Amino acid sequence: MSLFNIFNIAGSGMTAQSQRLNVVASNLANAESTTGPDGQPYHAKQVVFSTTSFEGQPGAGVKVDSVVEDASPMRIVYDPKHPMADANGYLTLPNVNPVDEMVNMISASRSYQNNVDVMNTSKALLLKTLTIGQ
Amino acid sequence: MSSRIDSMFQFHQAALNLRAARQELMASNIANADTPNYKARDIDFASALQGAMSESGPKLAMAGTTNRHLSGATGDTVLGSPVLYRTVVQPSADGNTVDMDVERAQFADNALRYEASVKFVSEKGKDVLAALQG
Repeated sequence: MSLFNIFNIAGSGMTAQSQRLNVVASNLANAESTTGPDGQPYHAKQVVFSTTSFEGQPGAGVKVDSVVEDASPMRIVYDPKHPMADANGYLTLPNVNPVDEMVNMISASRSYQNNVDVMNTSKALLLKTLTIGQ
Repeated sequence: MSSRIDSMFQFHQAALNLRAARQELMASNIANADTPNYKARDIDFASALQGAMSESGPKLAMAGTTNRHLSGATGDTVLGSPVLYRTVVQPSADGNTVDMDVERAQFADNALRYEASVKFVSEKGKDVLAALQG
């Protein structure tokens, strides 16, 4: 039944958006991380969404296809006193753009709310359907 | 006699099925609001309901004598009516054609009309009961 499938669709949207929010949180938390487990500065990450279809249904959900590393250049600052600075005194900082991440965060939270609304509406409609004949 | 009662409910049954299917398409559009290259989809409700109520049944399929012949099918269908793509008002850079204002408005509109159909069915049921009990 179509209305039940909406729970799957909106649920997939909520999962995808929360993963996006997770990546935003990771990027913002590591905006100044000059070193990681591999000794390299943190690289900003971005999620890639793709459409998933449920077999036999025209409706389509969404999933996080992959998490890719941001290709933008790393920030280089001159700070010879820093322990992680190279021989010339330059320090490599993560390519996290806090403005981009805040925009991403707001967009993800709005999309999440939209999916929650969709789910609530579908639940209300299903409950209404159960009252037929009463 | 039962077929007479059946035909009384047939219209609302078709309408409710179509509303539920359309609600699912709107949910997909909202879930995929951030998916690159996703194209927003909808059905033409009026013609879909006309098609569901007409006695003509499904259209004749095109005959093919080799697998290189085109099937003539135009893609996804919902209860026999084709799923169409929305006309873009404001194109976006990532190829996504979901306009959240349009989708939310259509979603709310469709939900209200679904509830109206549920109400109609309930009232019709009461009418039949009143006629039977006198």
